[in-house]
This record gives sequence, structure tokens and C-alpha cells, in this order.
Amino acid sequence: MTADAKPRVAVHKFSSCDGCQLAFLNAGEALLELAGLVDIVHFAEAGPVDPAAVVDIAFVEGSISTPEERERIAAVRANSRYLVTLGACATSGGLQALRGLADVNDWTEAIYASPEYIHSLAEASPIADHVKVDLQLWGCPVNGRQVLAAVASLLQGVPPVDDRGKVCQQCKREQAVCVMVTQGLPCMGPVTRTGCGALCPRFGRDCYACFGPAENSNTTALGRRLEGLGLPPEAIRRRFLFISNGAPEFRAAAAQWGEE
Amino acid sequence: MSEQRDIRIRVPVLARVEGEGALNLTIHDGDIEQLQLQIYEPPRYFEKFLEGRSYTEVPDMVARICGICPVAYQMSAVHAIEQAFGVDPGPWVRDMRRLLYCGEWIQSHALHIHLLALPDFLGFDSVTGMAAEHAEEVRRGLRLQQLGNDIIALLGARSVHPVGSRVGGFHHAPDQAAVDALLPRVARGVEEAAALLRWCAGIALPDDHQAFTSVALRHPAEYPMNRGRLVASDGLDIDIADFDDHFEEQHVPHSTALHARYHDRPYLVGPLARINLDADRLRPEVRQLLVETGVRFPSDNMFHSLLARAVEIHESLLEARDLLAAYRHTDRPWVPVTPRAGVGFGCTEAPRGVLWHRYELDEAGRVVTARIVPPTSQNQGRIEQDLRDSLLAFGLDHDDAALRLRAETVIRNYDPCISCATHFLRLEVERR
Ligand code: SF4
Ligand code: SF4
Repeated sequence: MTADAKPRVAVHKFSSCDGCQLAFLNAGEALLELAGLVDIVHFAEAGPVDPAAVVDIAFVEGSISTPEERERIAAVRANSRYLVTLGACATSGGLQALRGLADVNDWTEAIYASPEYIHSLAEASPIADHVKVDLQLWGCPVNGRQVLAAVASLLQGVPPVDDRGKVCQQCKREQAVCVMVTQGLPCMGPVTRTGCGALCPRFGRDCYACFGPAENSNTTALGRRLEGLGLPPEAIRRRFLFISNGAPEFRAAAAQWGEE
Repeated sequence: MSEQRDIRIRVPVLARVEGEGALNLTIHDGDIEQLQLQIYEPPRYFEKFLEGRSYTEVPDMVARICGICPVAYQMSAVHAIEQAFGVDPGPWVRDMRRLLYCGEWIQSHALHIHLLALPDFLGFDSVTGMAAEHAEEVRRGLRLQQLGNDIIALLGARSVHPVGSRVGGFHHAPDQAAVDALLPRVARGVEEAAALLRWCAGIALPDDHQAFTSVALRHPAEYPMNRGRLVASDGLDIDIADFDDHFEEQHVPHSTALHARYHDRPYLVGPLARINLDADRLRPEVRQLLVETGVRFPSDNMFHSLLARAVEIHESLLEARDLLAAYRHTDRPWVPVTPRAGVGFGCTEAPRGVLWHRYELDEAGRVVTARIVPPTSQNQGRIEQDLRDSLLAFGLDHDDAALRLRAETVIRNYDPCISCATHFLRLEVERR
């Protein structure tokens, strides 16, 4: 990047629902402003297409689930100064990482008339399993605040948003009523990374861990707590094997409650 | 044709399309030899993941199929499960589900019109280029999109993968104060939507007439959104449970998406199909505006989808305004449900068209099998047919760049949500 050139940004899509890219497209005025500050050189859903462009920041949405994607992510890494993962799919595999627990080849061969056209890996894996990642954003989806803060942090050296706490602590800060204590709901807040603003408990429902595991969280204690609430082992397992099922902490926690 | 040309146009990544797809076009001796809309979005096997999951987990799982229309997925699913359990959540829940759905139509259509479609018709690469010349119109579009998102967030806490819906109703009833704050913005939005429709009606769209069959829901009183029977422009009128008797999904080798066919023919779902079949269910204000602007439906010009979206934004804002004005808070925004074994069907009108779900549940409310037929896999056959017709009408002797732009414009006009189209696999595994 030369001193007067605008920083170049790309948004790449892999296996995903497109929901995290919406953090840009839903940003409204902020999107137009961002477009003035940086050069968005590849963002297929918004218009510019140049997948091989050399960029300062590459945002990556989605997990790696085909051989083609495995090659493409290597190229993205080689062309990018910073690589930022956008959301649960890119950061921990997303809901579709559940395929790692099943036999996908059986499915594909049984379903498609011409299975040779379906190129699918056995796992849907996070970006960091394949290339070096500079910054990971959690959430399903990520929100605009996280994304704009990431841009500011990488380009201006502003420290990134601190999201190391737990949803549970956010509830206390927001003075939300604890849904586990008052309603006996199987809330994942005690082990889930903060960043959403404790949306679910504030809506009177249990968190389902869409922001992934918090650092140093005690999944064993939560599992026992859920058992105490009356959940059978299979239901406790499923609690951990949800949106962020690919996170090693949650895989390990699920394994304490039975095998597939 | 005198000129002989062999052309192979390959558009590897389609710009301004949600998800990833490609187009292969081979022209030989002045005729289209091969035309394939390739979908290479990897399958995400959602229907398999649902098996064994509790009904309580389904709304948050199916939302992840599509980040642009998560509400539609949640709504088709909760309706199907409630039908299987024999639950009626009552009028408050029904009204709020309609309000939620209005939010999704508004945001999805506003996004499509301004960010994805209009740059084609006004001659720009993307919205940022367009914003320089049509600053006010683009800002108005972004405001409408934001308003749609805020309606979703009122009931769902956030607009992408909202967390408010459950089988039986909602987790949370909005505070009166939040409703009061939104209402004046929605009332202003009604005016902006009318202005948007007037503006769109003045934009020169290609004049391209085609023969196709429209399929949509139809309700005795409402513009179709979340209930009704399935009807088609050839007179079909069926219960949603009878979908399989008339529609069939097939695997087309060049795509990871299944193509759905109606009586073995392609068909159209989405805003233009809805308005073609249900224009008489639009509110009088909306119909009046259509008369004023000289826009006529039914239409056989596929490019009128742009206008249909603008019409639906206007209709949705009027409906949202009325629902918000009549809002009463409740302490019980859901009804209790008791699982029982059975089969249920759900069919709602996602922004892109009919979204059909079928669930078989066991006595504990766990999913035994799930089947989901999304709008884009239904429209795929129609898109290929349209491409063939429009490129022939446009003239194959145009240069490659012009052909390519026209082909992309045709595809984008359907607002194909390619992520959606590829997650649906019907499966029978036989093990020996
Ligand atoms: S993390 Fe969630 S919102 Fe983001 S792309 Fe994946 S499924 Fe969609
Ligand atoms: S409370 Fe939990 S499930 Fe809900 S949005 Fe936040 S992290 Fe996601």
C-alpha cells in the first residue's frame, strides 16, 4: 500500500448463508462512508468482482467444505495482508460443521443422480485449519459494530473490540433477569462469548451460543447444571453441538455426554 | 443467420447475486447450443442435520440456511410444526408474524432493488457508483432497507437470524414504547415507498414478453404472505399438503441445486408471480397508485419483477403501519405446545417466492424427516428458459460483453438466492 492510495478490501464467500456479509450491506450510510475510505475491490454480492485481487484486508465468510474452496482460500491468503474471518462459519465451521459427525459420502451418493459432480469434503472446517488468520470475528451473524471496529483496528491501530467475556456477564451489566434461575431454561450464556449484547436473555429466552465458546469457560460445570435442570444427556450433547459445534471446547464438552 | 460465430461465454462469479453461481453459454451457428446456470455452492445438508433435533431447535437451525430471508425459513417451519401438533397460536401471534414478515419483505426487496438490480437498469457497476448520481434515491433505499431491518429487530432482537420466534408464538412481546417509536418512522416509510414506486415506474426497462406459469399462495382476504392455498396461473388451486402431487424436484447434473418442476415444466415463483395472481388482494391505496403510474399487472414481462418488488414494499409498509397502530402488549406472546407424533406442512411466501416445508415428528417432538423446497430451486428452470428466450430476443449477434451483461441482468432480476437453493437434499440411504 502506498502512502496516498486507499486501502484495498475484499469480501470473499465460502460455504455460508450470506448473513455475515449483510453486516456490510445493512450498514446503510456507514457502507457508503466505508466505500469512500477504502477501495472495495472484490465483493461479489455487492458488485465488484476480482477474486484474485491483492488487498490489504480480506474478509472471509464461510467454512471450507470442498476441494475447490481449499485451493481458493490459499490464494486469498497469499493475496492479502490481513485476513479476517467473518462469523461462526469461517471461525469455527458453522452449523454445517455437523457434517463432520456424519458420513457425507453416503448422503451424496444416495441423493444425486450424478454424484461425480458433487465435490464435497468430509468436513466443513474453519478457515484457520487451512491458513493463518489475523483476526477472528465470532457471531452468527457478526454485527456491523464488530466489522467496522475490525477495519478501524487494522487500518488505524485502534485496539480491537474486547469480546473475551461471557454473555452471562453481559446480562449482569444489562441488568437482564437470569432466564436459567427464574425460568429454568438451558441457557448457554455461562460459556458463550460476549459480543451480541445478551440479546436472547433480554428477550426472555436461553442463549444458544451463536457467538461461540468464551475463553476459560467451564463447560463441565454447565453440563452438570443442565443435567440438574432435567435435560437428558442427549439433549445436553445437542446443546453444545449447535451453531458453534465445530469449536473444540464444545466438541469436547459434548463428548462428555455421549458419542454419536 | 449469415454470420457464423462460435462463442463460449463463461461468467465464473456472478456479481450482485446472493451466493455463488456461474453461467455457461455456448452459441454455435447463430443458435444457443448449451446454456447452463451452474450452481456450485457446496451442499450444506441442512435437512439431514435436522433429523433427531427437537422441535424447539428447528427455528434457529433453519434460519441459517439463508441470511437474507431467515424469517421465511422460521415461519414455514413453525407453521409446519404447529400443524403437526395441532396448535393454533391465535390472532396476536398471527398479526405479529405478519408484521415480522413485512419487515423481511421490505429489507430484502429494498436491498435487491437498490444494491443489486437498479445498477443494471441505470448503467452502473454497483451501488456506490450509482450513489454518486442518484444520491437521494439511494439514501431513500437504504432508509427503507433499514426500516425493514428495524421491524424485524422489534420482534427478533436483530435482523439477521432474529431470535424472537418459537413454535407457538414469540419469546418476547415488544414494549409499547418501542412500538410507539417505530410507528412514525413506518408512516414516513409509506410515503417513501410510494415515491420509490413512482420512480421505478419511470425507469425504462427492457420490453421482453414471455410465456410462463406463475405459482403463489392465495388467501381469501390477504395479499399472500404466510397462509393460503397454492395456486397457479393455469388454474391449479391446491392445499399446500398436496404439493408433491404436482411438483417434483430433480437433480440436474450441472448444479448442486435441485430443480423443481410443475407438471414437468419450469415455473415462476416470487414477487411477479404473486402480483400476477393476487393483485386484487392489494390494498386500495396500492392499487390506486398502480393506476396513477400506469403500471399494469398481470404482466408477462419478467423485468416487471422490479416494479412488483416496489409494490410489495409499499403494501408491506401500509400493513406494518396498521399492525403497529393496533398493537397491544401481551404478557403471553406464545401458546404452550404439546408435542405429538405426526406430519405437518408449512408454506409461506419468502421474498423470493414459495418456501415449502414438510416435517415428520415423533411423539417427543423430534424431527424424523425434514424436507424443504426453497424458491431459488423452483425458479432455476425458469431462469434458464428465460435466458434462452431473452438472449434470442436480444439478438445473439451482439458482442460478448453485451450478451454477458444482458444474461447477468436476466439472472439478477430473479434475485436468486443461491445459498438457499443448494441446501436441500431428499435422501434415501439403502444399506446392505
Ligand atoms: S456465521 Fe451464521 S450468519 Fe454468518 S455466514 Fe455463517 S451461518 Fe450465516
Ligand atoms: S444470547 Fe447467545 S444465542 Fe443469543 S444472540 Fe447472543 S450469543 Fe447468540
